Amino acid sequence: MSATDSQGVIVYSENHNLLLELLGAGRRLADKLGTQLSAVLIGSKVTEERQKEAVKHGADRVYVVDEPRLKTFDVETCGAALLTVLKAYASKVLLIGATKRGKELAPRVAAVLETGCMTDCITLDLDGEGRLTAKRMTYGGSAIAEVVCLKKPQIATVPPKTFEKPTPSDRTGEVIPLRVALPEPKVKVVERRQKQQAAFRIEDAPVVVGCGRGFKKKEDVKLLEELAEVLDARVSCTRPLAADYHWMQEWIGLSGHKIRPKLYIAVGISGTIQHVAGIRDAQTIVAVNADEETPIFNAVDYGVVGDLYKVVPALTKLLKEKLRK
Amino acid sequence: MVNVIVLIKDIVDLTEIKVDPSTQRPILAGLSRKISDVDKRAVEAAVQLKEKNGGRVVVVSLGDDKTRTALREALAMGGDEAYLLKDPAFEGSDTLATARILAATIEKIGNYDLILCGEMTLDSLSAQVGPRLGALLGLPQVTYARKLEVKGDMLVAERDLEEEDEVVEVPLPVVVTVTREVNEPRIPALMSIMRASRKTITEWGGEALGLSADEVGAIGSAVRVLEVKAPPMERKRTIIKVETEEEAARSLVERLIKDGVVK
Repeated sequence: MSATDSQGVIVYSENHNLLLELLGAGRRLADKLGTQLSAVLIGSKVTEERQKEAVKHGADRVYVVDEPRLKTFDVETCGAALLTVLKAYASKVLLIGATKRGKELAPRVAAVLETGCMTDCITLDLDGEGRLTAKRMTYGGSAIAEVVCLKKPQIATVPPKTFEKPTPSDRTGEVIPLRVALPEPKVKVVERRQKQQAAFRIEDAPVVVGCGRGFKKKEDVKLLEELAEVLDARVSCTRPLAADYHWMQEWIGLSGHKIRPKLYIAVGISGTIQHVAGIRDAQTIVAVNADEETPIFNAVDYGVVGDLYKVVPALTKLLKEKLRK
Repeated sequence: MVNVIVLIKDIVDLTEIKVDPSTQRPILAGLSRKISDVDKRAVEAAVQLKEKNGGRVVVVSLGDDKTRTALREALAMGGDEAYLLKDPAFEGSDTLATARILAATIEKIGNYDLILCGEMTLDSLSAQVGPRLGALLGLPQVTYARKLEVKGDMLVAERDLEEEDEVVEVPLPVVVTVTREVNEPRIPALMSIMRASRKTITEWGGEALGLSADEVGAIGSAVRVLEVKAPPMERKRTIIKVETEEEAARSLVERLIKDGVVK
C-alpha cells in the first residue's frame, strides 16, 4: 500500500444512480486533496457497463467485489466486502449513499474501523487541515449542524439528489477486482415485496397543497381537493392527519415525504419544525391560517390570515376565473 | 422467554425549540425533556414481546439525573429494571463513544436475546447506535422493523425499506431498530406508575464499565460539532390580513401571478 492510497477518496452506494452522484462530490474532494477517487461496486455479475460508467463519471479506480452471495444486499456481507476493500486500500474519505440500506451499512463499518460517521450530509467540504466537514440537519430538522470528522477514514452518508450527477466524459480508469471471504449471512430474507407505488410520486408534483389540523373533519378536505384540481396540484397533509387520524396514507415532513415543488400551500397547518423540514426546499410557500401567531407564518412567502373554510373556496373560485378552467 | 435490553434517549422537546434571533442558534436551555418518540415505541415493543413470550425487559439510558424521569416512565410502561449510565467523562460523546458505552453496558448486563432501540433519535437524527452495536457486539442487525415476533429462538421481522418491504428471519440474539409505525405506545396506568417507583435504577459510570476516559466523551469521539444554526429561511414573509376572505384571496392570487408562480 502506498502513502497516497491512505489519502484517497472512496465512494459506495448499492444504488447505482446515487453512486454516480457521489462520484461528483467525491471528485471535488479528491481534486482538492490532490488524491485519487475510487468507486466500489459490490454485487453479483457486476456489469462492465457499470464499471465504465463509474470511470466516466469521475472514478480513477473501480474496486469490484463480485460474488454470487452478494446478489442481494445483506448488511453484514456487504459490510465485510466493503471492509475488505478498505483494508487493502485504506482511504481518507469514505462516502456512502444515504439510502436506508446505506445508512445501516455506514455506522456498522464505522464501528469496526473505530471512526466517526456523519449521517445525511447536505454539504461536504474540507477544512484548513484537509479534514472532512459537513452540514447536516439536527434537532428534528430545526437546525443545521456543521460537523467535522477527526478520525480516518472520515465517513459521511449523503442522501439522493444532494449532489448533481457529473457529466460523463471519456476518461480512463483502472478496474481492480477483489476476492473476498464472505460470512454466511445470518439474516434470511423470507419475503420481499415491492411497495405499492403511488401512480405519481408527491416529490415530483410541481404544486402541492397540504392540510393540517385546522380541518375539522375528513370530508372537509374536499375543499382542498377542489383547489388542487384548479392548480393541477397534489393533496397531502401533516403527520397527525395521516399517522394518527388516518385521513391519508402519507404525509409531508421530517419523517414523511420531503418535497421541493414550485408552490406549496399549507392550509390549516401550524407549522411544526418537523413539517417545515419537509417543505423547506419549496420555491414558494403560502399558508392559510386563522391564527396570526402560528409558526408557519415564519416560514412562508405569503401568509393569509383568515378562516380556511372561507379563504380556500374564495381562492378556488378566483383561480378558476384567472386560469380559465 | 425473551430477555430484551431496550435503549432509550431522553431528548429536548423539539416542539419547544426557538431560535435566538441575534445568533440564529437554537435555544436549548430550559427545554423540557422526554423519551424520543421512536425509542418509546421500542420500549412498547419490548414490553409486548415480554407479555407474549415471558422474560424480562431491561431499560438502559445514557444521561444525567434528569434521565431518571424517562427511565421511570419506561419502567411504568412495563420495564423490569433500569440502568442509568452517568459520568462527567461521558459528556460530549458522539455515536462512536456512545456505542462503546452502550456495548460495554450490554456485555456487563448479559443474558439477552434482543437489543432494541429506535431507528434514530429525533434530536440528532444519526441513526447509528443500532448498527454500531451490531458490529461491536458481533451480532446481526435488523433495522427499520415495523413488525416483530419471536418464534422459538428466531426473530421474524418486517422491515420498511424505501422501495420494498422485507420479511426476515434471524436467530437470536440480534440488534433490532424499530420505526415509528411499529406500535402505539401505551400510557401507563397510575398503578403501573406506582409500581415503577419501587423498581431498581442502577447507576454505572466509566469505572463500573471498565472504560477509560480517553474512550468516551468528547476525547473518545470522532465527530465534533462546530456550529449549530437555524437553517436560513429566505422567505418574503408577507402577511395578508384584510377584511374579507375574498379580498385576501384576490391579493394572494395577484401576487402569485406577478411572481410567475401561477400562470
